[in-house]
Amino acid sequence: MAPPSLRILLPAALVVLAAASLLVGVGDAGGPEILLASRVPRTLALILAGAGMAVAGVIMQLVAQNRFVEPSTAGTAESATLGMLLVTLLAPGAPVVVKMLAATASALAGTVLFLRILRAMPLRARLTVPLVGIMLGGVVGAASTFIAYRNDMLQFLGTWQAGDFSTVLRGRYELLWLAALLTLAAYAMADRITIAGLGRDAAINLGLDHRRVVAAAIAIVAMITAVTIATVGAIPFLGLVVPNLVAMVAGDNLRRSLPLVAASGAGLLLLCDVLGRVIRFPYEIPVGTMMGVVGSALFLVLLLRRDSRHA
Amino acid sequence: MIETRDLTRRYGDTVVVDGVSLRMPERAFVSVIGANGAGKSSVLSMISRLLPMSAGRAFVDGLDVSATPGDVLARRLGILRQEHGVTARVTIRDLVAFGRYPHSKGRLTEADRARIADALAFLDLEPLAERFLDEVSGGQRQRAYIAMVLAQDTDCILLDEPLNNLDMRHAAAMMGLLRRAVDERGRTIVAVLHDINFASCYSDQIVAMRDGKVVAVGPPEEIVTPEVLRAVYGIDVEVVTVKGYRTVFFYR
Repeated sequence: MAPPSLRILLPAALVVLAAASLLVGVGDAGGPEILLASRVPRTLALILAGAGMAVAGVIMQLVAQNRFVEPSTAGTAESATLGMLLVTLLAPGAPVVVKMLAATASALAGTVLFLRILRAMPLRARLTVPLVGIMLGGVVGAASTFIAYRNDMLQFLGTWQAGDFSTVLRGRYELLWLAALLTLAAYAMADRITIAGLGRDAAINLGLDHRRVVAAAIAIVAMITAVTIATVGAIPFLGLVVPNLVAMVAGDNLRRSLPLVAASGAGLLLLCDVLGRVIRFPYEIPVGTMMGVVGSALFLVLLLRRDSRHA
Repeated sequence: MIETRDLTRRYGDTVVVDGVSLRMPERAFVSVIGANGAGKSSVLSMISRLLPMSAGRAFVDGLDVSATPGDVLARRLGILRQEHGVTARVTIRDLVAFGRYPHSKGRLTEADRARIADALAFLDLEPLAERFLDEVSGGQRQRAYIAMVLAQDTDCILLDEPLNNLDMRHAAAMMGLLRRAVDERGRTIVAVLHDINFASCYSDQIVAMRDGKVVAVGPPEEIVTPEVLRAVYGIDVEVVTVKGYRTVFFYR
């Protein structure tokens, strides 16, 4: 159950952070042109991407039955990046939507591969699962780097690998609304994903087509990841930290917790981006870097708390 | 009603279940006993479509389980296997509510809520209903899962080692509850049990398996004998009657 205070506090915090994001930055904040062309799109992009990645994380964790899995620890993000790279290389003039679709297909393939490897593994200790994902991601990432290096595209690769919202402008982020649609789609199947989180046997017992639910769920995850990487670049840790924090307070029944996950994801990403903008003002620290620092610290706290509780 | 015909499961050259044909009585408590690896769990898993069969067929209320849609079967047959480390953090009430999913598809009616409340009460879980599964003891968690299959309201319930991780007191209480579910609610319960004495004291029928085959089927009086148990487990035991129940001494 979500404590009632959370239902008031969270939206309030979100509004404050969004306002801060609109006000903070170089240039005259009062100028309507800057506001409309840059600040509003940036803030919206942060909210959409933050909510989307957090939702992708919780779906991944339930489907893979592991609390430490998210797109960047399951090979999903790296595979999406490889897809982006390949399509940019082969069809440089293709519209963003086509590139995004290629990235989605590639992300899907990578995630399926990850789940296949998991299924073939005889022993699935809690922490080896994300390790396998990180290794898979490492291999895919190395392939991307090699290809990019040979084709003089390392700079492109950098923009996808490190999330950064400083370049978000009107007309260049709208694809992210797809992430919002996908979040709604996930909400529509909230019960089924939660039941899948109870395990294959329990899901089949309750009459679910377990394979189909898992397939639909990872399709949503792959697409959210691809859209995010195609527009603003990879955002690490968000999908790991937010679902774990929300689960601690409100549990995993997605019907109830998914809105909290989405709102918290948006809030945390907004916070990291605003902090990144003020710390070395007028320069910026990319949100990917901020998220890496804040996220890994939060994650460490989480790990220590979790283990002490389960000991 | 549960029926199997020549149920077989192979892994490569290894036959785990070898032509099992059974007809389970209705409104009865049936125990499946046998040594480790005798194929007990595999039989349950195939009847409940968790494991595809290599050959043979299984029927629930006359429906072929390999050809019946999962959600249709879910309203007639419930199965519970030992869960190892479930990740999802849900409350006991939510878990039991998911038992209604085959009927409600997520939209709980008043009738669904009544079933959920009833299942929680039956297993004495009301005070714990809002607790998360990872915040209760193993025995309480086990009860929560049983409450879920009871809320599912199926005529047949298959349980794979429902006494696992339960101490003497909780194991006896669990068996009492399951017996009541049969006597008071007319359910058919088929349970894999390792404790021969529980099987003897509570069952209407015992199915004894060895090496993938059924070696004996019958009421406890016929199965709990030194001869049959030697054939099933390969050890010599002494059978004593205590308070009218046949119990087995095999400890030394």
